[in-house]
Amino acid sequence: MHRACNILLDLYKYAMTRYIIRRLLQGIPLVFLVSILLFVLLQNMGDPLATMGGRSLTRREDRERLARQLGLDKPILVQYVYWLIGNDWTKVDINGDGIGETPGIRKGVLRGDFGTSLVTRQPAMQLILSRLPNTLLLMLVSELVVVLGALFIGVYSALRQYSFADNLITTLSFIGYSMPIFFLALGAMYIFAVNFKRWGLPYLPTVGMFDPQIGQTPWQLLIHMILPVTVISVNSFSGYSRYIRSTMLEAMNQDYIRTARAKGLPRRETVFIHALKNASLPIVTVVGLDLPFLLGGALVTERIFAWPGMGRLFIDHVSRGDTPVVMGIMMLIAIAVVIFQILTDVVYAWLDPRIRYD
Amino acid sequence: MTVATPSPNVQSIKPIILDELEAPPLPLSKMAWLKFRRHKMALVGVGILIVIILYCTLGGVIFSEKYANYNDTGIALQPPSQVHPFGTDVIGRDILARTVYGGQISLLIGLTAVMLETTLGILIGAASGYFGGLVDNLLMRFTEAILIIPQIFLLLVMAKFFAGNIPNITILGREFSGSVVVIIAIIGLTSWPYLARIVRAEFLTLKESEFVLAARATGTSTPDIIFRHILPNSIAPIVVSATLGVANAITLEAYISFLGLGVRPPTATWGNMLEGAYSYIENAYWLWLFPGLLILLIVLSINFVGDGLRDALDPRSRAV
Repeated sequence: MHRACNILLDLYKYAMTRYIIRRLLQGIPLVFLVSILLFVLLQNMGDPLATMGGRSLTRREDRERLARQLGLDKPILVQYVYWLIGNDWTKVDINGDGIGETPGIRKGVLRGDFGTSLVTRQPAMQLILSRLPNTLLLMLVSELVVVLGALFIGVYSALRQYSFADNLITTLSFIGYSMPIFFLALGAMYIFAVNFKRWGLPYLPTVGMFDPQIGQTPWQLLIHMILPVTVISVNSFSGYSRYIRSTMLEAMNQDYIRTARAKGLPRRETVFIHALKNASLPIVTVVGLDLPFLLGGALVTERIFAWPGMGRLFIDHVSRGDTPVVMGIMMLIAIAVVIFQILTDVVYAWLDPRIRYD
Repeated sequence: MTVATPSPNVQSIKPIILDELEAPPLPLSKMAWLKFRRHKMALVGVGILIVIILYCTLGGVIFSEKYANYNDTGIALQPPSQVHPFGTDVIGRDILARTVYGGQISLLIGLTAVMLETTLGILIGAASGYFGGLVDNLLMRFTEAILIIPQIFLLLVMAKFFAGNIPNITILGREFSGSVVVIIAIIGLTSWPYLARIVRAEFLTLKESEFVLAARATGTSTPDIIFRHILPNSIAPIVVSATLGVANAITLEAYISFLGLGVRPPTATWGNMLEGAYSYIENAYWLWLFPGLLILLIVLSINFVGDGLRDALDPRSRAV
């Protein structure tokens, strides 16, 4: 008996490994397809030479030399290959005589080299990774607030379906969902920063992560996070709470809940142990699929509150045509999305033994 | 055993059919209206929508477009007053008049972008679902590739891609910034994947149904089967998705314009009126309050209407 169980478990693990490998094999071409689409789109981002040299590059020879150095004179296919696998295996023709003489130095994305930012001349990945913790801090805290709040509200309104409170929550979540982020952000700023200051009340800071005069204390970070976290949460809150409400309603109508009630379990136990545990399974999928998109940060929120995260980095560098950084951010998100899709499926199958992938 | 006893079932159905014949079946539109009417918030949504559309059209009769674009730096940043009920902006343009013309453009962008989105979504979803095989595989990989990038990121990159010197265009004697067309195109080009997936799912189930088999047996051509037999039967989710799509397109336009890559002045949209408003957060609330409120109202009312339509058109929702 025990032996049979072990064989089944082995088979299951085998099926799972095969499933993960198959999904990875599907995901890799997808990421390549995305990279090609984006690479073509980014070719017309403005004049990289102007971004790099500013106004100092007036001589035509200098411009041509820089273009050759960056590989901009090459056809787009060659540029893509250089971006992908680097050009240190070939020689670059910088002096323009048609024969390559300088060995290339780029290593290519596949070896972790995303190129050099045209604006700051730092390695693009270094620039991106320096902003990543700020964004993750903001986005993960918001996600936590959203999930916990939505669990509470979703369960509450499911238990009082069609009551006044439930209808009020439904209407409010519609408003929250329809509210453009900038409107919410500007409104919150106007009330809690501008007017509270005017009325002499303790007011919230609106810009950046720290007050430069006070320094980088945890308290400073906390009060700087209140407004952006609130704004992000309100906007994505309603989707989650509606979802939890519906899965909770579904769970409450199941036979096992009736059984639990019939055998006289306290209501608290039926709701939180039996119903919520089963109702929260689908939420794992939603959170898992949303997580990679948090990497990109909230463009508008970061812009308004001057939060030094990835979203702001993206806007700043898109408008200046800094291809390596923009490409790096988007590839990071694309890879994260593919990996998280697989992870979500695996975790879901692990949590819910009824699901089998084969 | 089970095969031998179908007769009780047939008999029990008979009186129901007779009953139905006495009251003729309602057409879909009437039935949908009966259900839609019960959705109070959807009716409120329709009401707000009508008011906003009247605001944008009648307002255009009262104020000329020249007045909306007329700037006088002498009266810049004036708070709401009798002459300028919504105040004036950074270069002294009347905000009330600009919300009227901005609303026209925002509505225009919302509607046309959704038309483009819906056309693409139907064509790609239908081809994918109906033909299956390699076509389905290729189209769905392409769809996934677009879904992998967050839409707002893709929009900013595309806005930058098509930016540059776009000439102003003149339609019906009015001059528009060419960037309006660019924004419509990029919103339409990036929004179709969700709809394509919905249409594909509908086609996958409907193409196996008997009426399609019958149509094929009588020699109906493939385009006719797709557009005249299957498509009308999957119209409900498409209508719902397109309605919600208008709200989405208006919001997206506002986001891109807010971030400075959207519609260029002098053409006003509710989105680009907000651009840079946060620099004046301390002393000019009217810069962002009125256009922002209008965007909120229209998006909210369209979402209510879309929700009502979903209840009314979805055959799986509860009956009247």
